[in-house]
Amino acid sequence: MNEHLIEVQDLTKVYGMGAAAVHALDGVNLTIHEGEFVAIMGPSGSGKSTLMNILGCLDRPTEGQYWLGGEDVSKLNKAQLAGIRNRQIGFVFQSYNLLPRSTAIKNVMLPLLYGRRERRSASERETLARQALEAVGLGDRTDHRPNEMSGGEQQRVAIARALVNEPLLIMADEPTGNLDTSSSQEIVDILCELHERGRTIVMITHEPGLGAQSQRIVNLLDGRVVDGEEG
Amino acid sequence: MNLWQTIQVAWEGIAINKVRSFLTMLGIIIGVAAVIIMMGVSAGTEATIADQIAGLGSNLIMVSRGFGGGEHGGRGFETEGLNYEDALAIGEHVSGINGVVAEQIASSQIVRVDSATIETDVIGAMPDFPEVRGVELADGRFFSQQDLDRKAKVAVLGYSTAQELFGDADPIGQSITAGSVRLTVVGVMDEKGLVGQTDYDQRVYVPLTVAFDRFSFSRRFGDRVMTIYVQAESQDTIESAITQIDALLRRRHDLTAMDEADFTIYTQEDIIETQEATTAAFRSLLAWVAGVSLLVGGIGIMNIMLVSVTERTREIGIRQAVGAAPSDIRLQFLVEALVLSLVGGLIGVAVGVGGSWLFGQTSDMRTVVVLNSILLAFGSAAGVGIFFGFYPANRASQLDPIEALRHE
Ligand SMILES: Nc1ncnc2c1ncn2[C@@H]1O[C@H](COP(=O)(O)OP(=O)(O)OP(=O)(O)O)[C@@H](O)[C@H]1O
Ligand SMILES: [Mg+2]
Repeated sequence: MNEHLIEVQDLTKVYGMGAAAVHALDGVNLTIHEGEFVAIMGPSGSGKSTLMNILGCLDRPTEGQYWLGGEDVSKLNKAQLAGIRNRQIGFVFQSYNLLPRSTAIKNVMLPLLYGRRERRSASERETLARQALEAVGLGDRTDHRPNEMSGGEQQRVAIARALVNEPLLIMADEPTGNLDTSSSQEIVDILCELHERGRTIVMITHEPGLGAQSQRIVNLLDGRVVDGEEG
Repeated sequence: MNLWQTIQVAWEGIAINKVRSFLTMLGIIIGVAAVIIMMGVSAGTEATIADQIAGLGSNLIMVSRGFGGGEHGGRGFETEGLNYEDALAIGEHVSGINGVVAEQIASSQIVRVDSATIETDVIGAMPDFPEVRGVELADGRFFSQQDLDRKAKVAVLGYSTAQELFGDADPIGQSITAGSVRLTVVGVMDEKGLVGQTDYDQRVYVPLTVAFDRFSFSRRFGDRVMTIYVQAESQDTIESAITQIDALLRRRHDLTAMDEADFTIYTQEDIIETQEATTAAFRSLLAWVAGVSLLVGGIGIMNIMLVSVTERTREIGIRQAVGAAPSDIRLQFLVEALVLSLVGGLIGVAVGVGGSWLFGQTSDMRTVVVLNSILLAFGSAAGVGIFFGFYPANRASQLDPIEALRHE
C-alpha cells in the first residue's frame, strides 16, 4: 500500500486516568495518500491537535496502529521518533515556534543539524536554508531575527524550516490562527504551491474558507472522524 | 549534530547570559585558583625548608636544650640546659664524629674600620664551624682551640661583610671594632648566600669564649648555648654517636637513664620527617578546601543549568520537533555545563598562576607553580562539570516534546 502515506486504525488517545480520563481520540481511522492536501476541521476540543501530534510522531497513541510510509511507527522509541520527525515530517505551528535569538537562516538550518543519515557541510546547510527561504519569498530576510519580522513572515520562516529537509509530509496546526486574512491567504497559497510540487500537506484550520482550498476535509467531533475518513 | 556544532550551540547558550555565566563560573574559578596558589605556597615553603635543612651541613646531630630543662630539682641556674663545657666534652669523649660546634649569636653590632661602618650580626663560634656547618674558608684561617682558650681577639668575616668593610683590599691582619671590642681579622669565609632567612655572608665570627665575655647579649647567658651541632663521620655512625652523647650529657647533668632529659637530640632526618608530617597535614587540608570549593562551584553549575533548562523548555521542544533525539539534547546541556566549568577552570588556572607569581613577588614567601596542581585543578573542574551537569542535562532530554512546545 505504497500510495497510502498515512494509515491509522482505531487510534485512541486517553489523557489522565479513572473518572478524570479524557478520551481525546476515540477510535480514529484515517488514510491519507501521498501527495494529498488534507484539511482537518472540527470544533475546539474535538481532538485535532492530538491527532496531528500523533501523526507527526511528536506523541504516541494510547492504542491503535499507525503506519507512516508503510512503517509501523506506533511502537517506536523516542530516539527513533525523533529520526522520523527529522527526515519525514515538517511542522508548522500556530505560534511559529522559532528560536527567538536566532536569525531566520539559523532557524531554517536547525533540522539540518540533527540529520543522522547524511552529514552536510556548513556551506551546504546554508545553501539549502537559503533556497528554502527563497521558496517562501524571504530570500532578502535571511539575517533577521523573529522579533524583526511580522507574524506572516515568521510563519513563512517556519514553513521554510519545515521544508528544508525535504520531508514527505508537512503538518500545519492552525498555521493561520494568529494572522489576519491576507497573511493567512499568503500562507495557504504557499502550502498550495508546495502541494502542487508534490508534497503531502495536512493542515488543521478553523476557517472554512481556507479548508475549502484543500482537496479533502476531514471532520472531527469528540475524538472521532465523522467525515472524510478516506480519500 | 557533531561535537563541534554542539560546542557552538552550548557556547551560544552561555554567551546569552554573560554575567550569569560568569557568576556561575566564579565558584570554579576561586576553587581552581585557590588550589594552585596554595599548592604553590606549600611547595615553595617545602623547597625553602629543604634548602635550610640541607644548608645546615651534612650528617648533623643537633643537641638543643630541652623544653623540660630545669624541672629536675636541685640544679641551679648555671647548670641548666647546655653549655660550652658540654660541647667540649662531646668533642673529647664521643667517637665517630668529625667535629662539634656550639654557636652564640651575640646580637647585632656596629662594626667599624677606618673607612666604613656597618651593622651586622656577630656570631660566637668554635673551631670546627666551617667543616660542621659546611661553610668554606676563602682566605686566612678560622679560629683554633687556642684562640678560644686564650680568648684571642680575632675575627673571621663573612664574604659580603669583608667586601663592605675593605672592598678590594686584603682584610687579613687588619683591625676592626665590633661594638667596643677591637678584633684582628684572621680569615674571610667563602660565599654561601641566603639559606632560608639566614644570610651567611653578612656576619662577623668571633671565638665563642670572646662572645661570652665581651658582647652584651651573650654576657647575660654566661657560657650557655642553645644548640650544639655535632657532625658524624658518616651516616652509619650517627646512631652510636647519639647514644654516646645522650649518656655523656646525662652523666654531666646528673641524670639517670630514667630521668627526663633536659636536652633533645635530633638529626636533619628528624626535622625533615616533622616537616613532611606538617606538609602532609597541610596538603590534606588543601585538598579539603579545594574539594569543598569545587563542590560549591559544581552545585552552582547544577543550579544554573536547572534554571536554564526550565527557561529554555520551549527551545528544547522546538529542537525536539525538528528531530533532536534525547541524546542530542542531553549532550547539548552536558557540553554547556562542561564548557562553563572548563572556561571557569581556565580562568582559575590563569588567576592561580598569576596570583602565585604576585604572591611570590609581594611577600617573602617563595611560591612554586606545580604543573600537577594545574592538571589536578583543571581535571577536577571538568569532572565537576560532567558530574553536576548530568542531572540537568538528563532532565532536559526527558522532556515531552508537546509539553515543552506548550511551555510559556
Ligand atoms: N495534555 C493533556 N492533558 C489532558 N487533556 C488534554 C491534554 N491535551 C489535550 N487534552 C484534551 O483533549 C481534548 C482534545 O484536545 P485537542 O488539543 O486535540 O483539541 P483541538 O481539537 O486541537 O482543539 P482546538 O481547536 O481548541 O485547538 C480536549 O478535551 C483537551 O482538553
Ligand atoms: Mg488544537
